[in-house]
Amino acid sequence: MVDAVVVGAGPAGSAAALALARAGRSVILLERGPFPGSKNLYGGVVYARVLDGVIPRWWEEVPVQRWVVRRSTMVLTETQSLSVDMRTSSWGDAPYNGMTVYRADFDQWLAGHAVAAGANLVTSTVATGLIWDGSGRVVGVKTDRPDGNIRAQVVIACDGVNSFLAKEAGLLPQADAAHHTLGVKEVLSLPAETIDERFGLGPDEGLDIEMVGVTRGIPGGGFLYTNRDTVSLGVVVSLKGLADAKVRPEELIADLKAHPTIAPWLRGATLKEYGAHLIPEGGYDTMPPLTADGLMVAGDAAGMTLAAGIWLEGVNFAIGAGLAAGKAATDAIAAGDTTTAGLAGYRRALESNFVLKDHQRLRRAPGLVLSQRMQGPYPKLMCDVAERMFTVTNPEPKPGLVLLLRRAAKEQGVRWRDLVRDGIETIRVFR
Amino acid sequence: MTARWQSVSFDERMSTVEFRVGERAHIVVDSDVCESCTTRACVTACPANLFAPTSSGGILFNYEECFECGTCYMVCNEEGAITWTYPDGGQGVVFRHG
Repeated sequence: MVDAVVVGAGPAGSAAALALARAGRSVILLERGPFPGSKNLYGGVVYARVLDGVIPRWWEEVPVQRWVVRRSTMVLTETQSLSVDMRTSSWGDAPYNGMTVYRADFDQWLAGHAVAAGANLVTSTVATGLIWDGSGRVVGVKTDRPDGNIRAQVVIACDGVNSFLAKEAGLLPQADAAHHTLGVKEVLSLPAETIDERFGLGPDEGLDIEMVGVTRGIPGGGFLYTNRDTVSLGVVVSLKGLADAKVRPEELIADLKAHPTIAPWLRGATLKEYGAHLIPEGGYDTMPPLTADGLMVAGDAAGMTLAAGIWLEGVNFAIGAGLAAGKAATDAIAAGDTTTAGLAGYRRALESNFVLKDHQRLRRAPGLVLSQRMQGPYPKLMCDVAERMFTVTNPEPKPGLVLLLRRAAKEQGVRWRDLVRDGIETIRVFR
Repeated sequence: MTARWQSVSFDERMSTVEFRVGERAHIVVDSDVCESCTTRACVTACPANLFAPTSSGGILFNYEECFECGTCYMVCNEEGAITWTYPDGGQGVVFRHG
């Protein structure tokens, strides 16, 4: 019997185990892969300020690829692109804002801190199910090891986007294609100096580009991140949209790589690794209950990826939730009550910090970002207006901007009142 | 093992990924159930391209180079066609640059 068993040594699980171990609790951290991070893949940036109070001067030891100093949002059509590009030197100084990492490195690093605090990391072990007592309480997990049942006062399920433990407990639906996206990614090798030069970066500086309009009308987007000597390039698409479109995922990446804006950046690059992963993108409204008797859920298992178009975050939410889960479990064990009521401090903590505050505030963003108009006519409309603004039509005089907008809207079949309504909705969603 | 970036065959693409293939097929597809399926979403959606339609209207599936992503069971609309579990501990895909 241990105090807690944490399933999944990703960012949420390692953070939870770290919090429990530091509080002096016995904790087993299970990982089904051969090492933490081996089953994980993301298309993103790690915003690690959530670690400030946990691992002092974390930036001096974290296995970083590049510190993100440039962040672009790009709208594309087949032949055009329009970017909003933000660069600031302050993101290149400690404590930094965001970084690119390989999950195999980062997740092992964070798990190492949990181990250093006293957590018992057990790899290559699958939690195959929950152990229940007669009164419907979770009292441990079954594993695929001989005599592998582990009894614990609390089980913290950080078992990722497909969380079979949360499903077994009835907290998540068995399948939910409507609220998940598929991310597919290519990691492309280029010499570090070539990346510096092509993207206008210093040796440790990174670029993050988020794109919309590159997925053949399938709701979703694209991304490009610079690592030290590779570029991560990929698309994220609605599962339902992908299935209905009958398009193979790697074809969408091929489109992206062939785009006139993207192709020159990748000249001569070689494919180092291809991979895919699901992302829970339903947001606040599709999150499961976060606790049951003897059970807590954190990270992707709890649908905590924030996919709000201009904000795409996940690892930070996983860490924030894991830390809160570990602390709430510690308090519940100390109080001798690990029922739903005893674990209620977990949700309260998340409601008072960024994890649920951000999600709640942006609860309508997923619907807006993946809506038909945002994905279909709008990228073309924006690119056309921008192109015509900057096309010099002499001897014709310049047309007014409103005229350009009206003309482009008409061409794309967008009604003026929809444009206004979407503008107001956007302000509402992001206010 | 790296592949040229311009035109990578699917086999070359998959050869960039490390798989520790387990003894047990962690995903089992009941081809008989697939015969009544009209959408076959798995065939195009699976990023590892593991689902092959057969001439009899069934599905041939190979678990060996699976990303364990979950796309197939999420998009499948035939009850009982796909039995999905994780590979045994330590087996399956190993991402190095995920």
